[in-house]
Amino acid sequence: MRVVIMGCGRLGSTLAQELDREGHQVTVIDIDSAAFNWLNEDFRGSTIVGAGEDIEVQHAAGVPRAEVFLALANGDNRNAMAVQVAKHIHNAPRVVARIYDQERAEVYRQLGINVVNPTTILDQMVREAAFGADESNQTTA
Amino acid sequence: MYIIIVGGGKVGRGAARDLIQMGHELCVVERDADTAWSLNNELGEVALLGDGAEIHVQRAAGMNRADVVVACTGRDQVNLAVAQTAQTRFNVPKVIARINDPRNERIFRTLGFHYTISATTAIVSAIEQEVSAGLSRLTQLRSSAFVLAEMVIPPLGPAVGCQVGDVQVPSLAVLALIVRDDDEPVIPGPNTIIQAGDIVIAVTEPQHESGLRAALTGDA
Repeated sequence: MRVVIMGCGRLGSTLAQELDREGHQVTVIDIDSAAFNWLNEDFRGSTIVGAGEDIEVQHAAGVPRAEVFLALANGDNRNAMAVQVAKHIHNAPRVVARIYDQERAEVYRQLGINVVNPTTILDQMVREAAFGADESNQTTA
Repeated sequence: MYIIIVGGGKVGRGAARDLIQMGHELCVVERDADTAWSLNNELGEVALLGDGAEIHVQRAAGMNRADVVVACTGRDQVNLAVAQTAQTRFNVPKVIARINDPRNERIFRTLGFHYTISATTAIVSAIEQEVSAGLSRLTQLRSSAFVLAEMVIPPLGPAVGCQVGDVQVPSLAVLALIVRDDDEPVIPGPNTIIQAGDIVIAVTEPQHESGLRAALTGDA
């Protein structure tokens, strides 16, 4: 599949390399060219320097032909705008945004966006690590 | 009305000043402490220090009872986030967003934000109006798809001496007004003769602007 990833930090670069190894056609966008140092030499995908929420940068990265667009940059606002540009302007069939803020994650879910909220996920994992799987549910309640 | 302005830079401050004078209740959300301080200094206690895209800050600003929210920071992704949370989360009846990069107008409109302000577009069209004899866009008509455009008829233009009814303008373009030197503005009918130097005001859709310009001024 053709996958475009916005944000080449720890998460973006890890995912880009995994998907590349699995045979997907990967393009990574980052606003800072130094971020591509996270990628190993054997990464076969392409890289583009630019703002991932920019309509034309997305165009250059091949979002109109991509099956998947992942917004994994560090800013919630940027990620939210980027997936909406990918979805509504370039008709990307599958988009996912990382949104750190729980309340905003809920807003974007209401707007029909696929959201991953690391705060909720980590909250649950930390609870399980600290209290065990069973008790962590009780402390939530 | 209770109006919340997110972003207290030049645009936000100017708007706040005018709206307070008009008697509205106002809050300016500003994340820079110095800017917030200077806003309070000039306008009274209007500033709330914080990131206006954060929902807890929006709640503190009383967004649930706001009649109007104006998102006018210098970053389009922030303005979009503010506009979307104001509408989705707080059901604010009227949301106005500032667009810094004109290329982003498309995504704002696609997502249903028709009340937008774009200083860049306004300045560019003002410059165009001064330097070109062609067509310049005056304004977007509220929430519609239509724009108001102005053209000056050049002396050797293809339309000079023609009746309005005979000029091949795009079907979605209407000539609304003709302004001539030392004369009253004319509402053109099919028999009105177009003259060199006429200022023609038309209503059209953006994609028909070039067709309209070609028909009246000859510029492609």
